Amino acid sequence: MTWHRKILRVNLTKGTCEPEPLNMEWAQLYLGSRGLGSKYLYEEIDPKVDPLSPDNKLILATGPLTGTSASTSGRWVVVTKGALTGAIACSNSGGFFGAEFKYAGYDMLILEGRAKKPVYLFISDDNVQILPADTLWGSSVWETEEWIKKTHQDPMIRVASIGVAGETGVKFAAIINDLHRAAGRSGVGAVMGSKNLKAIACRGTKGVTTENPQEFMKIAQETKQTIKDGAFTMGLSLHGTQGVTSVINGMGIYPTNNHQKVQFEGADKIGSEAMEVARTTDGKTNLVRNAACFGCTMACGRISLIDPNHFSIKDKPRYHGASGGLEYESSWAMGGDCGVDDLEALTFANFVCNEQGMDTISFGASVAAAMELYERGYITDKDTGGLKLNFGSAEALVEAVELTGKSEGFGKDIGLGSKLLCEKYGHPEVAMHVKGQEFAAYDPRGAQGMSLAYATANRGACHLRGYTISVEIFGVGQKLDPIETEGKAELTKTTQDATSVMDSTGLCMFPGFAWTLDEYQQLTQADSEGDWTMEKFMVVGERIWNLERMFNNKAGLTKADDTLPKRFLKTPAETGLGKGQVAKLDKMLPEYYELRGWTQDGKPSNDTIKRLNI
Amino acid sequence: MACAFELEGSFNPAHSRIKIFRFEEQGRFVPYTCTQCAEAWCLHACPVDAIKMNAETGAKVVDEATCVGCKVCTIACPFGTVNYNQSSGKVIKCDLCGGDPACAKACPTEAITYVDANWTGLDKMREWAAKTDTGHSVTEAPSEPAGH
Repeated sequence: MTWHRKILRVNLTKGTCEPEPLNMEWAQLYLGSRGLGSKYLYEEIDPKVDPLSPDNKLILATGPLTGTSASTSGRWVVVTKGALTGAIACSNSGGFFGAEFKYAGYDMLILEGRAKKPVYLFISDDNVQILPADTLWGSSVWETEEWIKKTHQDPMIRVASIGVAGETGVKFAAIINDLHRAAGRSGVGAVMGSKNLKAIACRGTKGVTTENPQEFMKIAQETKQTIKDGAFTMGLSLHGTQGVTSVINGMGIYPTNNHQKVQFEGADKIGSEAMEVARTTDGKTNLVRNAACFGCTMACGRISLIDPNHFSIKDKPRYHGASGGLEYESSWAMGGDCGVDDLEALTFANFVCNEQGMDTISFGASVAAAMELYERGYITDKDTGGLKLNFGSAEALVEAVELTGKSEGFGKDIGLGSKLLCEKYGHPEVAMHVKGQEFAAYDPRGAQGMSLAYATANRGACHLRGYTISVEIFGVGQKLDPIETEGKAELTKTTQDATSVMDSTGLCMFPGFAWTLDEYQQLTQADSEGDWTMEKFMVVGERIWNLERMFNNKAGLTKADDTLPKRFLKTPAETGLGKGQVAKLDKMLPEYYELRGWTQDGKPSNDTIKRLNI
Repeated sequence: MACAFELEGSFNPAHSRIKIFRFEEQGRFVPYTCTQCAEAWCLHACPVDAIKMNAETGAKVVDEATCVGCKVCTIACPFGTVNYNQSSGKVIKCDLCGGDPACAKACPTEAITYVDANWTGLDKMREWAAKTDTGHSVTEAPSEPAGH
């Protein structure tokens, strides 16, 4: 039924794998996936632990709708204390691994301790084993997945693994499943590496049933049709997230050269149009086709082929095949933010990030920070080992991604993430981050709601914790003036709460461009035991947000961490929507705390904690 | 998922009669299922006559009550589309859902459609017919094939 009511607990120190009942009382309060995983983490670890110590736990969670026939049901999350941020991390991934894990009969996997030697976890329904991975240590994600499928003689196995970046503690290392889907942000891959866990291989044959099958199938079909009829959702199908590159750049909220500018001259060369036009060199398009995650009827994913004669892959046949192509954030971070307009070089960097398990956003933004340090003379060739880190250099980007993926040379410094990198060289003001995590592809000066959303996001700067862009720029549901601050505290709170509960269903947030929260609620109601009214749904979202905040407060984060780099607060944007504007965080933050029922120190008040039953 | 739900009552691709193969490096995804051969080798190979043809749909259908789970049909099928189901001890294959396939209904992009195999050429014929000059003016050209 919906939830299997079962957790798999694996203690890597002791070498034990035990199933245990899921706390169903918590399931009614936190739903699943992001919410329920966060509740377990909150209850089971001391928020003050070192993220890379054996005392941190790594939780893989599915939602009640994961593995059902609702559209986009392939989502799953990794919850832990983030290596990049020291805050609560919840990285959401698609692909096929999540549904496969759920089909094995579990809602959640809790990984504890640290193995003495490299291991991988093998799950085949009730058969769970911790197996040696000595020969795999030092392999890429791609090699690991191939090796596991061959060794177990089963091509249907789904694998989530880390590359060398995760093994060597690159702060923004990701966990990659199905070759190119990522639980990307906040350094969850580094936590996995610190546990000496190379991979989780899974085969599930038990299936998932729902509470009201006929009603559920009816709603699932209707809501799929809504996605098919939606202009935004079909845009995602045709052009992927890359479709917004020219739009966002045109509006002038496209961060460029480490956020020093808000418009990029080369944007048209790295967006969806460029991917879809035949190259002059070999007559082929970069884009091969679109690709769906499990159960998705939208297929925003891109499959790309790099020009075989491009300098990045000329003598490297393993990159000559098709693989996961650029998405908007990746194209922006490694492209616009680094001033690089070479689509093939960006696709190569994207392949390597997948191959070695790195977050494309934080990698790209950390290179951008290094480029600014270099151009300002704060670091020299001596520091970079001869790497000429100039903005716009595709050669530098290509070399940097290979070095960082393997933690070699100056790649070790890039792998620290922008905050520690810039601190190391004495210029913290160059690092564009909140709570240690790099920004996403929207300049907050031209969309004031994002100022607040970035500053208060529980996992550090992130566009997916409160995507106010939807309302401020695209006008989905309603349209608010992007440079106004009025109403933005409420918009941010509502968006954050709604996203928290959406992320906890096991579905993707992209149907939200055609649906409202109603569809998520209706599907959950038909799928899950319990009475999932809209009122309850919103309270669950608010509860999750506050729980994450309480974790962070206990971890030592304070009101002082709800801020933005000076560049946004003091320097007005030169062009675009935010021309002449700075991020007016101080106008919104007190109102936001009040709306949240927090003290002016940024802590949930006792009344709020009581009201939300945390 | 629609397939497993229709036939087994749960969302479980492991029991789906359709398998999808991903050829990652070429960026190709290929679904595969029973082709309902006219001369069905699985049907002929079955020692207990558990596989019968449904006269209405042309589907070769496994009668679960008769099937003894010997797996001979899984060897006989040249395409590998008949498979053994460990939990029931019988074989499973596509039965076209009695003429109303759940997969076609669930497919959002109409990549799966249910058409009469005897008339697969009809649309193409109509397309060509529309381009053919029959001597009538274009506006009077019949939009439906003769006989309809």
